Amino acid sequence: MSATTMTNWQLIKNGIFAENTIFKLAISLCPSIAVTSGLKNGVLMGVAVLFVQTMVNITIALMRNVINSKIRIPVFMLVISGWVSVADMGMAAYARDVYRSMGLYIQLIVAFASILARAELFASKNKVTPSMFDGIGMGLGFLVALTIISFFRELIGKGSLWGVSLTGGVKPLLIMIMPTGGFFAVGILMAFFNWMEQRGGKAPAHH
Amino acid sequence: MSEDQHKLIVSVSPHVRSDESVQRIMWMVSLALMPAFAASIYYFGIQALIVQLVTIAACVGFEAATQKIVGKPVTITDGSAVLTGLLLGFNLPANIPLYIPVTGSLVAITITKHLFGGLGYNIFNPALIGRAFVLISWPKAMTTWMEPVKSIASMDAVSAATPLNIAKMEGMGKLVEQFGGTSALYSNLFFGSVSGSLGETSALAILLGGIFLLVRGYITWHIPVSFIGTVALVAAVTGGDPVFHLLAGGLMLGAFFMATDYVTGPSTRKAQLVFGAGCGLLTMLIRLKGGYPEGVMFAILIMNCFAPLLDRGMRSKTFGAVVKKKEAAA
Repeated sequence: MSATTMTNWQLIKNGIFAENTIFKLAISLCPSIAVTSGLKNGVLMGVAVLFVQTMVNITIALMRNVINSKIRIPVFMLVISGWVSVADMGMAAYARDVYRSMGLYIQLIVAFASILARAELFASKNKVTPSMFDGIGMGLGFLVALTIISFFRELIGKGSLWGVSLTGGVKPLLIMIMPTGGFFAVGILMAFFNWMEQRGGKAPAHH
Repeated sequence: MSEDQHKLIVSVSPHVRSDESVQRIMWMVSLALMPAFAASIYYFGIQALIVQLVTIAACVGFEAATQKIVGKPVTITDGSAVLTGLLLGFNLPANIPLYIPVTGSLVAITITKHLFGGLGYNIFNPALIGRAFVLISWPKAMTTWMEPVKSIASMDAVSAATPLNIAKMEGMGKLVEQFGGTSALYSNLFFGSVSGSLGETSALAILLGGIFLLVRGYITWHIPVSFIGTVALVAAVTGGDPVFHLLAGGLMLGAFFMATDYVTGPSTRKAQLVFGAGCGLLTMLIRLKGGYPEGVMFAILIMNCFAPLLDRGMRSKTFGAVVKKKEAAA
């Protein structure tokens, strides 16, 4: 991918719809199953990734002319782990209860394919502004995906939303908050969005 | 000669023509399940009939709805949804809240069958996935078994553990004592007067249906014999009671009606033998060492994954093919 020709707004839409990390590119699927058993966890994970993705894209775009291409991957990794540490410590300081339940997964953002991929494919070849919007778009896409997945999993699997119980005595579908249910949810939602797109429905097609 | 003048049509097997159709086979297998269906109503009363009718209706309904939504021709008359409904209903306890069979039917038909491409494309046995899904979701309701009532009208459900559960939790001795002797235990298991899933308790009724399928050639002996044989062998080797392990739980139902599913099982004879043996081994592994008292369902589902691999690895010899000699010094 050479320098992008998309406008900032197109970059954001691209990240949310056409190149949605989970539903379209099908990368970084591990957190989409591991932390989405509750809406709260899913949303906060999405916010953390949005932050890291945007900051990494900005930093890489700023440094793109001084990075020796032979060692670019280690440099990317250093930048990513730096911003992940910021997110990790920030969450540890300001959102302790959530952090306790998903601390490891915040640190694992370092290994997300989506973040390294955008650094390599986009930020290292584009100026700061488009890189920032690309990061926001990709991060928002991830946030939206995790929100949808965790919404359905918590609602069906626990009968609650954001920890508030909604069931009137109906026994929820326990399997949906187990890892198995995560695969079910991701697969069915992915199929649903592809189907909507094929029908020319609401999900806007790219190109 | 241009391409379209070739008159030799090369198509994939099977080439044998017969009057059999998918539709006919599905209805015949359903017919073969009728003795067990009748037995379930005899032993568990009107409640069994309600649960099974709801399951069948839900399966047929979801089949029609799914096919309508994805824009495929609606094929509910081919009997495959009815068969899935029958098998799923057989795997449920009698006194179960009715939203459970409906959810199971949705998972079996819409997710396991149609999301994978419909009849003939599903990797896993739909009825078993439906059952696994509801078992994991509602473990308590799915394992609250009812004692046989032997009365159409009675609604008084007395819950009781299945023989396999008693054998696992309290030992064989306790079980034999409860039934008043080994032969009484065997005969109750054989005729089906024990608690358990609706269609699985009566070995006799299932054998009747299974023999019908074998005689009519709808299934071959390979999977049932290797499945049941392996279970008996493992039970004997580990010092268990082979007769008990053959008659208890869902083994007969699984071996004759679920492992032999054309779509999700292997199709070459050798692969079928291995498939059956694998099912038997896994069943006994779960029964003896696992967390669940019964392992037939998970065993068949796990072996379903291997069916394509087994078929690939054990292709039957092509007629007339010359076997290449392996070179000695490789």
